[in-house]
Amino acid sequence: MSPELAITLTVLLPAAATLLLAAFDKQPNLREAVSLLTAGALFIIILGLLQTVLDGAQPTAHWFDVLPGLSLTFEIEPLGMLFGVIASGLWIVTTLYSIGYMRGNKETKQTRFYICFAIAISATMGIAFAANMFTLFIFYEVLTLSTYPLVAHKETDAARKGARTYMGILVTTSIGFQLVAIVWTWVVAGTLDFEQGGILADKIDPTLLPFLLALYAFGIGKAALMPFHRWLPAAMVAPTPVSALLHAVAVVKAGVFTMLKVGVYIFGIDLLATTGAADWLMWLAAFSILAASVVAMTKDNLKARLAYSTISQLSYITLGVALATSLGVMGGAIQIAMHAMGKITLFMCAGAIYVATHKTEISDMDGLGRVMPFTYGAFFIGALSIIGLPPLGGAWTKWYLMLGAADAGQIIMVAVFMVSSLLNIAYLLPVVARGFFMGSTGPVAHSLGAAVAPTKGIQEAPLWCVVPPCLTAIGCLLLFFYVGDIYTLIEPVAFPEGRPQP
Amino acid sequence: MLSSLTPHLPALQVVIPLIAAPLCTLFVNRHLAWAIAFTASVAAFLVSALLLVSVLDGAVISYQLGGWAPPWGIEYRIDAANAFVLFIVSLIGALVLPYARQSIEREFDASTHTYFYTCYLLSLTGFLGVAATGDAFNVFVFLEISSLSSYALVAFGAKRDRRALTAAYNYLIMGTIGATFFVIGLGFLYMVTGTLNMADLAVRLDDVGDTRVTRVAFVFILVGVGLKLAMFPLHLWLPNAYSYAPPPAAAFLAATATKVALYVLLRFMFTIFQFDHPIQGLTFEYVVMPLAIAAMFAASIAAVFQEDIKRLLAYSSIAQVGYMLLGVALLTETGLTAGIIHLFNHAVTKGALFLAVGCFVYQVGSSRLGDLKGIGKTMPWTTAAFAAGGLSLIGVPLTVGFISKWYLIQASLEAGSLLIAGLIVASSLIAMVYVWRIIEVAYLEPAPEGREAKEAPLSMILPTYALVAASLYFGINSELTSSAASVAANALFSATNLASEGASH
Amino acid sequence: MTWDHMTAEFLVGHYNYWMTIILMMIGLYVVVSRGNLVKKIVGLNLFQTSVFMLYISMAKIFGGTAPILTGNEDEVYSNPLPHVLILTAIVVGVATTALGLALIIRIRESFDTIEEDEIFDIEQKMAEHATSTSGER
Repeated sequence: MSPELAITLTVLLPAAATLLLAAFDKQPNLREAVSLLTAGALFIIILGLLQTVLDGAQPTAHWFDVLPGLSLTFEIEPLGMLFGVIASGLWIVTTLYSIGYMRGNKETKQTRFYICFAIAISATMGIAFAANMFTLFIFYEVLTLSTYPLVAHKETDAARKGARTYMGILVTTSIGFQLVAIVWTWVVAGTLDFEQGGILADKIDPTLLPFLLALYAFGIGKAALMPFHRWLPAAMVAPTPVSALLHAVAVVKAGVFTMLKVGVYIFGIDLLATTGAADWLMWLAAFSILAASVVAMTKDNLKARLAYSTISQLSYITLGVALATSLGVMGGAIQIAMHAMGKITLFMCAGAIYVATHKTEISDMDGLGRVMPFTYGAFFIGALSIIGLPPLGGAWTKWYLMLGAADAGQIIMVAVFMVSSLLNIAYLLPVVARGFFMGSTGPVAHSLGAAVAPTKGIQEAPLWCVVPPCLTAIGCLLLFFYVGDIYTLIEPVAFPEGRPQP
Repeated sequence: MLSSLTPHLPALQVVIPLIAAPLCTLFVNRHLAWAIAFTASVAAFLVSALLLVSVLDGAVISYQLGGWAPPWGIEYRIDAANAFVLFIVSLIGALVLPYARQSIEREFDASTHTYFYTCYLLSLTGFLGVAATGDAFNVFVFLEISSLSSYALVAFGAKRDRRALTAAYNYLIMGTIGATFFVIGLGFLYMVTGTLNMADLAVRLDDVGDTRVTRVAFVFILVGVGLKLAMFPLHLWLPNAYSYAPPPAAAFLAATATKVALYVLLRFMFTIFQFDHPIQGLTFEYVVMPLAIAAMFAASIAAVFQEDIKRLLAYSSIAQVGYMLLGVALLTETGLTAGIIHLFNHAVTKGALFLAVGCFVYQVGSSRLGDLKGIGKTMPWTTAAFAAGGLSLIGVPLTVGFISKWYLIQASLEAGSLLIAGLIVASSLIAMVYVWRIIEVAYLEPAPEGREAKEAPLSMILPTYALVAASLYFGINSELTSSAASVAANALFSATNLASEGASH
Repeated sequence: MTWDHMTAEFLVGHYNYWMTIILMMIGLYVVVSRGNLVKKIVGLNLFQTSVFMLYISMAKIFGGTAPILTGNEDEVYSNPLPHVLILTAIVVGVATTALGLALIIRIRESFDTIEEDEIFDIEQKMAEHATSTSGER
């Protein structure tokens, strides 16, 4: 298979699968088999592309021009490759998990759920492999729209309200700011292609740069930079697989990934570093990190706490870009992988707890850890990775980001990362501690057969719900040891002039 | 046979529907009348497609009616700008008719069908004539042919709601005042130039220069046409007319009437007046542009508070006219391109939306939001079509609305105004609010008990989807529309060349 | 030549325009101010007529004849084009009036009045009624 065809397939395959999904509306087993097969096939195609990229090639695929000079074109570069591998790999895990979750909860409209999910993945691939800002923007909007029905899935008043906030903020920011920023870039630079070193140098009055960057930074609402973060907690009304894959991985990572792309390929780190255009963004991101962590501590609803944790963690990446150093970019890229693996674990655990006990509030979960040891074990590992303790993947994020901050001479930012780690401990570990050490507050209402005597023995959620988080928890561990591969992949982007001598 | 007709295409464009119109009434059978009307509209569409193809390279076709050479005789003059408008109008005209048949069959007494088709064809004739002609007074005549038949089309809605009558009456009063203003302006132009041929007018006005008479003519024409195109605040006739007109008529008028009026404005402002004189530029900068922006906001906000979808769409139309005028008022070639491309894009989008609403009215008997709860479950195809049109109104990528927004923002940024770009996106976010209200009601509200609504018949769904498909296709691949619009803008903008060429005839 | 003289000449020399303007204003005023639908149409007709006068008066040449070529080189004739245009405009005007009156008859049949404010009240009530019953289908 030629790389061009492979790229096209990554976008079209999930989209095409929706037809089959719709056709098998009445046969759930077939429908879910299609979902799994598509996810698997997509991952295999992407692994093939990964090999091509690791060999140093940057395959491209040109579709057609939408407007004169503005085309739908895909080009695989290291950052996109990383994002593509993570999103497609975790899609398989999430599909397994979805089957368990949706059936365990007897959700309605499952076909619509799987269809929208597939479209969302298709759009995510489009974002990952976009060769220009125009293509990226188009898939960015497709992603927003395709996830709306997922957020509104339950069709209750709360779901409708949450979905409205979700759509409202994401569309407002993207059309209100991002689109203007993109057209502005197009007008001054005459191109929207992602190019190493940026396309804006010498094209625009440097005093306007911070303003343009602000249009991008706030326009990329999916990066959940404060004050445009409200959509993320609002989206938690969605079924948990959606929160897990989309609101811990695909959607939010699409946001920060776009941020990275804009910083590296539109502005160029050198331009940001020399003009200091991103200084304000650095402070805002630091504020986001700390403020969201503090808010997370106050949340008793587990998913809400995780959502605020995500807001905080996303700003790591924004901060990495805003530092405007190679190590900052490297840290940001690694964070995309590490946080994805860690946070999806946490969300899937939260979902497993919900399926098994229908509990959503942390204060109700005392003693659950003894009943659901695998779920809680996975949660513990995920939490440690987010906190950044070795030997878990998250450690590397902190390492490179702190190096980047030091490199930029921003000692305060080093301190921000350290304080943030402490805050992570403060809001994540109590969940685990209560689960394992606190006494149970009441009988566990078990969804899988009320006849079984509660509180005694191990009563895990269905297998489909427990195995996936365990797999990703192992993934967190493995990432610690295989971070070198990510480093090698990202190296040409972060260090275009070659690796710095230690 | 065909090749001998080719030179007469510009005349055929107008003559075919004109001749077919009385035939519809003469052959009393309503099915035959529909067949005649449909054949004529398809023929008109084919003619317009041929014309568009032959002028896309920037060529100009001059057709001398009756063999009288311009400037004495009436000239039909087809360049990219009006070929584009002809194409849109006849496309909509041909698509709405198959839809209209089913809708009318249920709504009207059998005896009145033939009159409807006659009015419809006359209206089509008028729009096509306005666009095709190169003679200024001829514009007035065709404008009135189209307007008079439009008033009648609106009044047809009285069968369902008697308020259609007063809507039509008000439309008539306002429309006639507008047309009369237009004629006054023409009279002044004729007084100082002694000609009515547009190309000739352009040359001679150049010699006349900036006098009080030309200024007065300019303002009268601007206001007159402004009434016809519902330029805010001259839009008062529009919401009632569109909401009480029968759905097929509403779709046809919403998609074409204001667009043709906008074309007239462009033709006069750019080809004839050419912005030689400061007052014209100033008027556009300080009067038309603020009014356009006011329309974008006032009408969009008004739309948010409407309970009736047809009325909501009517207000949205006023706002969309604001976008077109804004693009034009930037007085740059990109701005003009933006205005023209939005003219096409909005025609397609609004046509699709009104047709979809017509399907609701056909099955549910109402277009009020309260009556359409959960309609997405019982009429999935219609609702999906409506949602797609709604997304295009917002300007979501991969729809034509996005292409329009892109051009408009680009034009305003090129003109150096981040503020205007900001206002454009801000008002399109208001569009999101009113579109999303409908989508939520249609999809997420539970359907009431006992409503027997099933999917609309295929003959209504297909035309709706043809327009939806167009609004998606031209949003994904805007090659044709954007090149046609930029050639058209170029044709209008480089009007001086046109004028000098016209003089050589 | 005194100022008064010039003013007077200006006023008298353009009397056709003054007539046009006066007629036009009367017409527009009637359209705007009258609540009776028929009277509005009358006003509209006045308004249109003023424009017809404008065109005709600009084509008129004193001592001019109908533009029929007689072979006499010195013959002065009026410009025929505005006359022709206005013939067309009159036709349009008649059609408009006819349609307007037809609409009024239908309005009278269904609203039982041709007074604008009474119709407005009825429509207002219809709108309120629609709002209160919406969703009860």
